[in-house]
Amino acid sequence: MRLERRADMSLALVVAAPLAAVLAALVLAAGLIAAAGVNPLTAYGEMLRGALGSRLAVTEMLTRATPLILTGLAAAVAFRARLWNIGGEGQFYLGALVTAWIGHSLGVPALIGIPVLMACGMAAGALLLSGPTILRLRFGVDEVVTTLLLNFIVILFVGLMIEGPLKDPLAFGWPQSVPVDSAYRLPDLVARTRLHVGLLIALAAAALVWLILARTVFGVETRAAGLNARAAAFAGISLPRTLMGVALLSGALAGLAGAVEVMGVTGSVTTTMSPGFGYAGIVVAMLAALNPVGVVCAALFVATVFVGADAMSRATGVPSFIADVIVALSLLTMLVALLFTSYRIRR
Amino acid sequence: MSDVLSLCRITKRFGPLIANDDVSLSLRRGEILALLGENGAGKTTLMNILFGHYAADEGEVRVFGEALPPGKPRAAIEAGVGMVHQHFTLAGNLSVLDNVMLGSEPLTQLRSARATARARLMEISERFGLPVDPESKVARLSVGERQRVEILKALYRDARILILDEPTAVLARPEAQRLFQTLRGMTENGLSVIFISHKLHEVMAASDRVSVLRGGRMVAERKTAETTPAELAELMVGRKVERPVRHDHDIGAPVLVATGVHVLEEGETRLNDVSFQVRAGEILGIVGVSGNGQGALGALLSGLAPPASGSLILDGRDVGHLGPRGLIRAGAARVPEDRHAEGAVGEMTVWENATLERLRSPAFSTAGFVRRSAARAFATELIRRFDVRGATSETRIRLLSGGNMQKLILGRCLSIGPRFILANQPTRGLDEGAIATVHEELLAARAEGAAILLISEELEEAVNLSDRIQAIVKGRLSQPVAAGEADARRLGLMMAGVWEGENAA
Repeated sequence: MRLERRADMSLALVVAAPLAAVLAALVLAAGLIAAAGVNPLTAYGEMLRGALGSRLAVTEMLTRATPLILTGLAAAVAFRARLWNIGGEGQFYLGALVTAWIGHSLGVPALIGIPVLMACGMAAGALLLSGPTILRLRFGVDEVVTTLLLNFIVILFVGLMIEGPLKDPLAFGWPQSVPVDSAYRLPDLVARTRLHVGLLIALAAAALVWLILARTVFGVETRAAGLNARAAAFAGISLPRTLMGVALLSGALAGLAGAVEVMGVTGSVTTTMSPGFGYAGIVVAMLAALNPVGVVCAALFVATVFVGADAMSRATGVPSFIADVIVALSLLTMLVALLFTSYRIRR
Repeated sequence: MSDVLSLCRITKRFGPLIANDDVSLSLRRGEILALLGENGAGKTTLMNILFGHYAADEGEVRVFGEALPPGKPRAAIEAGVGMVHQHFTLAGNLSVLDNVMLGSEPLTQLRSARATARARLMEISERFGLPVDPESKVARLSVGERQRVEILKALYRDARILILDEPTAVLARPEAQRLFQTLRGMTENGLSVIFISHKLHEVMAASDRVSVLRGGRMVAERKTAETTPAELAELMVGRKVERPVRHDHDIGAPVLVATGVHVLEEGETRLNDVSFQVRAGEILGIVGVSGNGQGALGALLSGLAPPASGSLILDGRDVGHLGPRGLIRAGAARVPEDRHAEGAVGEMTVWENATLERLRSPAFSTAGFVRRSAARAFATELIRRFDVRGATSETRIRLLSGGNMQKLILGRCLSIGPRFILANQPTRGLDEGAIATVHEELLAARAEGAAILLISEELEEAVNLSDRIQAIVKGRLSQPVAAGEADARRLGLMMAGVWEGENAA
């Protein structure tokens, strides 16, 4: 038995791969659910109902999907150019913190203030990723390590700020940052739910990223640099400039996720505001095979699992950590599935 | 019966493609058989069937009279067949001895018998005249030495039949000659050898018998002594192929002038005080044994390695520090040495590759957006004009054969009407038909007044195409000689570093 490279990937295969991966992950996780003494079908039924069974459930799921779309885009953009940005979590938090800090006392009308705050969050994320990128370009420092470790530094920094200079004096001692001025809270998309217009911003971002990657010179050059850096350099594409561009875009998207989450959902920053949006973004990007449109679908799936798992846990007693297991398993099965989109087994 | 190996009526299909069509072949004891054919003729597929990597759809393989079970490399090894692949299968971080032993010991055995293995390896290495240091790391060996390790690996497993897939593709000429001497010695020891090749001169020089494959069929079998290169070329290509001939014409003013150029790579001098000029309508050939600075010269003229000192003037303008993009804008076109590593992004489409160098020019983009229809039309035109087979503008370029990929890269270069062309090993790895096309295109560009610098390790190619020739030795260039005065002896001396008035070595 051996692997043989496929001549071309058909569209059907490209779509089937993530579906097969998700299915395989669910089957594998079913074993764990059964081991917890619950019928997996019942559990998955509860999960589905919890995420999609009511109007409220759907809006909750979409609220959860919003930052995932953005962090997923951040990872997809970077990975396409072989820039391994594992720092989405840190960029998310820094974007959120800067948004709360500036948004607390900006003093301009909302129509100007909201875009300004989003730009600030994006700038913070972009700046955070440019450090590791410069280190890689200059000295060959592995950005997997630097971006990953920066996450912890940023979260500790956020902790320092919300216990210190940016602490909310009205929060009865809770470790929570000063809130964003209520004028800059993103309007609700559906009344009396948490769903806000951030979802539309995320969808617009996905469309924009698709346009950039698929239709612009920068997009083609990014892909060339990722697929064959030597040939790209030979063709006159400046690798440092391309990678810096990618880093700024990727960091900005993750920073935007943080800004939107603060303005749309939490209002202020805590060190627990993200249930791992940055890391889950990596899974989203991989499930989407780094395709911006796929990112939206993958984010919906991951959000469904996370939101549904809470409901399932309440109904069946299976720990909600099963959500993390499913998401992690789907990353692994997707990696296998990706192998089969470009290779076939031959005897 | 003196046949040690026979392939009987082998047929192998890959989907609609018939890679081998009813092919039969036999190998006698102590014989060197050349399997000759163009790229894509089915040579490698046939050898992979013989070695058990593929299972044939029809037909059988007999080794020493016994039929081999299909699809089992281990059975082939046990029957005494050893294969040396074109791309080596060695672990660079292990020693020579480890690589040779790898896979030859049972996994269940706890202690490995290194001392015994070492003694056996040394014995084999001495008997067949293949010197190696068993303890040196493979990563530190030269390509020729690695190939030696591959051969030793096969011999260590008691191979009586050795198959070499394009063994000289990665070797410089002296190394190739040494290899064929070694093979000859092995046949005198009773081994039998099949080597795959598309190079006529080495088939003529090294084989006893030639089998010619074309389009998956065995079209002819000849005793080497009773055939000629011309006949083999015709059999291989299926029609008469003649490499085009250069005609003298008037040569213009200097276009590219290098004066006293030094190039450093990682602190080491790769080009040392190099001066040359290429004139309009002229091909300047740079010959030399590989590894003497051709890489640095190629990088310099591609814009990837700026000169540390000295100047590089194109049409009166200093272009040494412009980088690839600036150089292209200044009118330079570059055919890279390694088309897979540098010339093309395999996973991208033909149109993306065709326009990658000039994507930012107004012809192919507006306000940062790619003009896709213009780019596709350009690629389609290149495919038509340069006769690129088996491709549309949407084909991913890695699916093209080497020759077709090279035609596309050449087309990308020539379409801009370049003032200067760097052609770095433009025909390496190509078959006769494609070589003739590449030569024709280069001569046509010369006739239109382009200044061309040709870096080649194939002396015949350099002599046939070039108006003047310089040798590169240890990063230095000899004085140029006119092609008419360059006989083999003189070039040989130049490549050895002996030239008038000084001794570069």
